[in-house]
Amino acid sequence: MTATSYNRAPGDRSIVTDKEEPISAGALVYTLGLALAVIMTALSFWVANTSLLWAAGVPLGLAVLAIAQMGIHLVFFLHITTGPDNTNNVMALAFGVLIVLLVMAGSLVIMTNLNGSMMPADLMDMQMHY
Amino acid sequence: MNVTAAVEAGEPLPSASEAGPAPKRVVVAYGFWIFLLSDIVMFSALFASYAVLRHATAGGPSGAQLFNQTRVAIETACLLASSYTCGLMALAVNSRSRLGTYVGALLTFVLGAAFLALEIREFADMIAQGASPQRSAFLSSFFALVGCHGVHVAAGLVWLAAMMAQVAVKGFRPAVLRRLQCFSLFWHALDIVWVGLFTVVYLMGVTP
Repeated sequence: MTATSYNRAPGDRSIVTDKEEPISAGALVYTLGLALAVIMTALSFWVANTSLLWAAGVPLGLAVLAIAQMGIHLVFFLHITTGPDNTNNVMALAFGVLIVLLVMAGSLVIMTNLNGSMMPADLMDMQMHY
Repeated sequence: MNVTAAVEAGEPLPSASEAGPAPKRVVVAYGFWIFLLSDIVMFSALFASYAVLRHATAGGPSGAQLFNQTRVAIETACLLASSYTCGLMALAVNSRSRLGTYVGALLTFVLGAAFLALEIREFADMIAQGASPQRSAFLSSFFALVGCHGVHVAAGLVWLAAMMAQVAVKGFRPAVLRRLQCFSLFWHALDIVWVGLFTVVYLMGVTP
């Protein structure tokens, strides 16, 4: 069999970590990740400030850029891969992402709904200040 | 470690049950990975409360009036660069280079401290303008979310200083290597949280 018997530790680039390796071996991966992350960040700031884009689409574009940048950080800085020695790390991550999505989307949907069934805003402004 | 020897010799690896439990480095890092994911779940609750309350300004200042994008861009650059130097420090640790480790840690610490200083300055400016956490639900959730991230960064700086003392006193023994690995996981995870934070709070908060 060729599959490795252990899953790789998160953050490690290979299963062989006790062996000393030259410092240049992984620097390219980090530098590539930094370059991509800088491009993503610059794009995000540009998208938020430009008037060239359709304003209603900007928040969605920002969300897409942020998720893409998180992916870049996971791949290039935390070395999460789809390889067979990474299954445990990816499964734990998938569960975390599931809970995060449930908490965020659930709160937003429920609170938007509740706000929709509240009394009109001008009446509410007169009655309470929260 | 027999797995390392087998990999180097090119022998077929034993199955999981023959090989016995995973090396401690894998177990410790995996456990810390699960802690980090639970930490991110906690952040998601703060994100959700901010997203729900961000228009509840109670007649007070809104995000568009308070946030300074230039400062946020510098903070982002500091944290991103410190994530990069933290990665280089991990490489220096893998090659057992003390000097490289110290230099990487110093750069990471300085950039992280610069980020924290800018954030504290921002909070102080906001409170001086009367935009304190007590002012509105929006500001309460803002200070809870951004402040919680700042507390994590501060804890990371203390941890990094402690790790450098351990490297100096104990050297690269296995326990110290495992802690260094957990630290770099922690630091990269904080940067991932900051990506969500500057997008949701500062960039989406400025667009109407």
